Amino acid sequence: MQILHLHIFKLETMAYSEKVIDHYSNPKNVGTLDKSKANVGTGLVGAPECGDVMRLQIEVDEESGVIRDAKFKTFGCGSAIASSSLATEWLKGKTVDQAMEIDNMDIVEELNLPPVKIHCSVLAEDAIKAAINDYRVKNGLPELVEEKKH
Amino acid sequence: MELKLPIYLDNNATTPCDPRVLEAMLPYFTEKFGNAASRNHPFGWAAEEAVDYAREQVAKLINADPKEIIFTSGATESDNLALKGVYEMYLSKGNHIITCTTEHKAVLDTCKHIEKMGGQVTYLPVKEDGLIDLAELENAITDKTILIAIMYGNNEIGVLQPVREISKIARKHGVLFFTDATQAVGKVPVDVQADGIDLMAFSGHKMYGPKGVGALYVRRKNPRVKVTAQMDGGGHERGMRSGTMNVPGIVGLGKACEICMNEMEAEGKRLSQLRDKLENALLELEESYVNGNKEHRLPHVCNISFKYVEGEGLMMGFNKNIAVSSGSACTSASLEPSYVLKALGLGDDLAHSSLRFGLGRFTTEEQIDYTINAIKTTVLKLREMSPLWEMFKEGVDLNKIEWAHH
Repeated sequence: MQILHLHIFKLETMAYSEKVIDHYSNPKNVGTLDKSKANVGTGLVGAPECGDVMRLQIEVDEESGVIRDAKFKTFGCGSAIASSSLATEWLKGKTVDQAMEIDNMDIVEELNLPPVKIHCSVLAEDAIKAAINDYRVKNGLPELVEEKKH
Repeated sequence: MELKLPIYLDNNATTPCDPRVLEAMLPYFTEKFGNAASRNHPFGWAAEEAVDYAREQVAKLINADPKEIIFTSGATESDNLALKGVYEMYLSKGNHIITCTTEHKAVLDTCKHIEKMGGQVTYLPVKEDGLIDLAELENAITDKTILIAIMYGNNEIGVLQPVREISKIARKHGVLFFTDATQAVGKVPVDVQADGIDLMAFSGHKMYGPKGVGALYVRRKNPRVKVTAQMDGGGHERGMRSGTMNVPGIVGLGKACEICMNEMEAEGKRLSQLRDKLENALLELEESYVNGNKEHRLPHVCNISFKYVEGEGLMMGFNKNIAVSSGSACTSASLEPSYVLKALGLGDDLAHSSLRFGLGRFTTEEQIDYTINAIKTTVLKLREMSPLWEMFKEGVDLNKIEWAHH
């Protein structure tokens, strides 16, 4: 019982890790890519009523399939902002196929997100997949169906 | 003078103990430690005298008779005692209670409990300014109604309910009127006679007194109101609240009331000026809105929604330096934003975007200037980062987007 209490206390007092604070204070890759371009994929996930909306965009090099640029804008708490900022960092330089492999738990681990903030990482993963699918559809490829359900 | 950080602007959650209050309390921890119920020796006499004096100080602030004050552990206990106590005492007359949706959880959850015990509770909605509709209140009264429980001032948005009009309706129908005045006592003039209040809960730590002490006012004349005790024991407080008196706490509550009595008027004026300065400066930001009625409001409170930024994310921009509270609840598993703001008819998006400022006795103009600057900077920064802001600026109707709820 005591261990449980300490655990809860820790979660509440340390909701934000250093890494989250750093991404929040100095977010990487905030911005907008031209969504009308064929090699730009846009993913918009979440809902204002739920308190988080993420828009994640990728610009793909058509020859190599490598993600040249990634940008985000996020409405949400610090963890949501940090998750999307981190996602854009990870996306750059990866191929689209490699990007599909990014798992929300990698984000949780990297940012030390507490359980109550896991949904932020889920949203970031959803945003990545939505952006990739948008890119695929634009380029005549079938949408990839999500393998796991959250 | 150099500005000291962090700045405390969450005085609706709790207030610091006034040093004068602490000073009055200290002897009652050590040399005057007696039990107020010990009637046979000087230690007990000293404690009893202190309690009696505090009872007078408390009664004076709300224009009550000292005999009408029951000391408790705080407003939550007072709410429980009033609601359950009246319900049990008057059950032979009826089982119906009327309250409203923006009450504090201590009232709402107690009402839920009463429903489980077989009571009937009507939860009145509020208008978009946070005030109840008096006609709706009157219509809700039935021959089974025994109590109307409507708060004095709201903790989240600071609106002041029309207590005098409510009490007139209660009187007219022979129904008791209980008000949770935790946020109002000591901040605005509360007069149980003029306001027509039959029972009233309030707490020490919201008016610069200590935590862990509060009071319930129970009218003794016109009508004589009785409540069934919720705690069995030594029969303290005329049988209505057993338990050894928290003498230092009660002394502190008394002193806090006395200070409020003397300083409330000037303090209220000063704080409403500072509050208005803060509010007007923040309203210069596009798409920012005050929540709740601006006329009928506590002088030290404001609640503002900054559209297209999320409250918790916003607080993170300055919460090392400024303590405020948000209507967003991103940390809770439910992700439900403030039920009070939702009761005003605010969309979840606006409720998620709100901040509550609670100024207090020790708030300075320098602190307000610093806060204005910090909040404006953070709102602008987060809007640059907000996809919703970008869409709004492009003229996209956000209501027409099919959001993926998850």
